[in-house]
Amino acid sequence: MDFGRISRRHLLQGSAALTLGTAFGGRTAFAADTTIGFIYVGSRDDYGYNQAHAQGAAALKKMPGLKVVEEEKVPETDAVEKTMESMINLDGATLLFPTSFGYYSPHVIKMANKFPKIRFEHAGGLWTDKDPKNAGSYFGYIDEAQYISGIVAGYSTKSGKLGFVAAKPIPQVLRNINAFTLGAKLANPKATTQVIFTGDWSMPVKEAEATNSLIDQGVDVLTCHVDGPKTMVENAARRGAMVCGYHVNQSPLAPKAYLTGAEWNWEALYPKFVKMIAAGEAIPNFYRGGLKEEIVKVSPYGEAVSAEARKHADDIKAKLTAGTYTIFKGPIVDNKGKTVIGAGTERGQKDAELEKMDYLVEGVIGATS
Amino acid sequence: MTSEVAGPAEAVAISPAADPGFLQRYGGTIEYILIPGAALVGALGVFGIFVALFGKSPLDLYFYMYQGAFGTWFSWQNTLTRAAPLILTALCTALPAQLGMVIIGGEGALLIGALASTSAALAMQWAPPLAVQLAMAAAGMIAGGVWIMLSGGLRQYRGVNETISSLLLVYIALAILNHLVEGLMRDPTSLNKPSTREIGAANMLGSIPGTDVHWGLLFGIVAAVASYILIYHTVFGFAARVAGGNIRAARIVGLGVGKLIMTICFLAGASAGLAGMVEVAAVQGRTNANLAAGYGFTGILVAFLARQNPLAVIPVAILLGGIGASGGLLQRRLGLPDASVQVLQGIIFVFVLASDALYGRIGFLKGKS
Repeated sequence: MDFGRISRRHLLQGSAALTLGTAFGGRTAFAADTTIGFIYVGSRDDYGYNQAHAQGAAALKKMPGLKVVEEEKVPETDAVEKTMESMINLDGATLLFPTSFGYYSPHVIKMANKFPKIRFEHAGGLWTDKDPKNAGSYFGYIDEAQYISGIVAGYSTKSGKLGFVAAKPIPQVLRNINAFTLGAKLANPKATTQVIFTGDWSMPVKEAEATNSLIDQGVDVLTCHVDGPKTMVENAARRGAMVCGYHVNQSPLAPKAYLTGAEWNWEALYPKFVKMIAAGEAIPNFYRGGLKEEIVKVSPYGEAVSAEARKHADDIKAKLTAGTYTIFKGPIVDNKGKTVIGAGTERGQKDAELEKMDYLVEGVIGATS
Repeated sequence: MTSEVAGPAEAVAISPAADPGFLQRYGGTIEYILIPGAALVGALGVFGIFVALFGKSPLDLYFYMYQGAFGTWFSWQNTLTRAAPLILTALCTALPAQLGMVIIGGEGALLIGALASTSAALAMQWAPPLAVQLAMAAAGMIAGGVWIMLSGGLRQYRGVNETISSLLLVYIALAILNHLVEGLMRDPTSLNKPSTREIGAANMLGSIPGTDVHWGLLFGIVAAVASYILIYHTVFGFAARVAGGNIRAARIVGLGVGKLIMTICFLAGASAGLAGMVEVAAVQGRTNANLAAGYGFTGILVAFLARQNPLAVIPVAILLGGIGASGGLLQRRLGLPDASVQVLQGIIFVFVLASDALYGRIGFLKGKS
């Protein structure tokens, strides 16, 4: 491989040919050997956030004419800028997937300005109209899948106590905790969710401590929102508790204890993006969706899930997939007694108010600060 | 460390044939270059065997490492960008080492320096950019300096082991940073990535003209050279080395050991604090959890590999920057996991430490006396 001779001139020729129009919706099909770069903040076999993206990358590898290059454990510093540049300069990548939330600002924006002919697709849903047009940011309403997990958890708990190991009290995490709890209350109106915040995305020791502490307090079904659910899943299963997964399907880690889980469906989305580019369609810069748009999915039910739970969960899942169901429908009261969504108000999937969520709903034991 | 260390340029300038006492005078210097160089070659050899065990060609490995780190102008810039913060954080370990202290808390000083410089910039939004940048640098250096002085003071006046205290202070610094970034200093619009407000595009440090490398590299080189002069060519530095050699003897001859410790610790912390300022002013543009990228910890490795010589810190930082830069290419081209770079760093570390035993034992370098 003589990439040593890839000079700026070659790069310009190559990128001119490849991206003439791809970024701006012109008509060009993918030439053979198009290179796509994937960048992960953690290890790509973490049974979590990064693995979900790596599964998406694996789906692209199966498509003809595509070459996928991957780099893992890239921190959210100028190191990721250099990795992107390196993929562009040395590998000839024309489409990049920097998959960590913290890569976007300032790093992806900076590189998108520097390389206007390269397409950047970032996971996080952060694009605004001030940002470069060759950058895009997509994300999924995974709270829909958490809602289904909540229903299953509500049927499966014997103590009525559910546990949630969470990273930080930020809107995306709070929305998952609230959706999970609202789902559980459909099945069991008395169910409570006890939440423990570990403070950061990857804190295996604290996650294990939180899991044990929740189980010690009588929690018998747990879920989480951290980068790597592996710690929680394995510890909970060892202690005899049931689990609902997150990010990817963790049932191989705990086949008996795994009820269901909220998963990303990047392996459906990424090939779709690539086909859109090849067909000359523009990918919207801000791209979000849920079960209906196949950006998120629910893990297959484990053997411990009752027929009643399956039926109820499938019913709601069908409605969410059809787009006829609203999770955050008033009246919703937070766990301090304040009405946060009034009676008669429906906050649908794309409602901007939900992006600012700063409360925990009634039934959640815990505080946001 | 002895006073026979001289700049490599000086050694080259004098022809061995013209000066019979050459080896006697410069044998020590040659040792300082030859032994670590041989250790590096040995480490690369062992790493080649390690890679061969995984079925990859060691020749490909060396080729890609060279290409990724130094093979193109882009690679050089990638390497230097990664080296820039390491020079400054390495000084945080190398300077106190002159006094026989092992300070490993550069990461904490970096974080506190970043926080202080961000605060300075946010408080001075009315001022012209140069004034803001100077205030940021001053605030970062003072805050970082005071942070490491805490360890020095605990050691000098309370007999607390400075290695332990400086490490523990890293966790306190991180907790303070997270607390402020998620509370008092949080930009309310940073919903899912708690961050401070941005310091403003006008206040950012640019790149060194003609390159992509930010000014932090130059700051690091200047700081390293200044430290070298301070330690080896001033009375203060001589006093520090005396105290480092034998603290009781230093006290007996009337040296103010407490003052020496506090001053050196301040300078050490100021270097790491400046690294934090550069990360804010040249890379991130604000403070958030991204800053805890481990530069402070890699700096420890750099300082030990440089045998605590402030001048040697520069090439060693560039070497480790190069290993980091080529690490991405190893992942992408050879499919090696990210951990392989850590394996290489570990092997180099062991080889360099083991090679310590060789100093003064290489016959032909001793010269005739």
